[in-house]
Amino acid sequence: MSESTTDASDEGDATITLYRLQACPFCERVARTLSEYDLDYQSRFVEPLHSERNAVKRVSGQRAVPVIVDDRTGVTMSESERIVQYLDRTYGEA
Amino acid sequence: MELPFDVVDLGPAEHPQSGEAAPDFERPLVTDEYWEDVALSDLTADGPVLLVFFPMDGSFPATYIWNEITERGWGSGDDLTVVGLSISSPYEHKDFIAEAALPYRLFSDPQNGVAETYGIVHDLDGMAGVSEPRPAAFLIDGDRTVEYAWVAAEWPEFPDYDAIAAAIGDL
Repeated sequence: MSESTTDASDEGDATITLYRLQACPFCERVARTLSEYDLDYQSRFVEPLHSERNAVKRVSGQRAVPVIVDDRTGVTMSESERIVQYLDRTYGEA
Repeated sequence: MELPFDVVDLGPAEHPQSGEAAPDFERPLVTDEYWEDVALSDLTADGPVLLVFFPMDGSFPATYIWNEITERGWGSGDDLTVVGLSISSPYEHKDFIAEAALPYRLFSDPQNGVAETYGIVHDLDGMAGVSEPRPAAFLIDGDRTVEYAWVAAEWPEFPDYDAIAAAIGDL
């Protein structure tokens, strides 16, 4: 048991949403980068079956994951390489 | 339903009563499209919540309970959020929601910690090492105070839907 009896979630504070698939290495890579930059993010785990990922399609126009939605900058982006570059550029040390 | 023998008595449960605080928790909350960690307090921040603990997905009580709630249309307006909780995995919840076309979200708690917090653990006879919540329903207001609580005292036992409806009407 890990939860306390006080308010348990910081969901409301997260400005980055990560659409991810469990055990997808590209998604893990993005999650690792978000953690490295100590960014607060909310994970949304989606359907393994590509054709049923309509939630991803609605936000990003395509169904591949990972996808991040960064409310702070208004950026929605897919493809882990691009996302990591974006995070480096936006939140990395100069 | 009257049976010509005694059903299993689960004994008393030390669960939160009406007027007491509903313990907060955070677990994956599953929709028909994805799941994400959500706290009970995130939901009560938007108003009253009916939290329904139910036996694992695939059991007949799970189907009966959600069919009844769906037919009654609870939570279809803006004034009440209805969510379920069982020990089934997010993948099972997604299938259950899709197959039954449930208009509700379900918390996934495979390790049964929320039931421990609520004092409603049910160790399943004949399934070694498996425990789940007793069937239970808590109507919780926006301050996370319990307005109505029902916990199964027998196995099986089903919620008193009319009493829940009356409590919803009293909100």
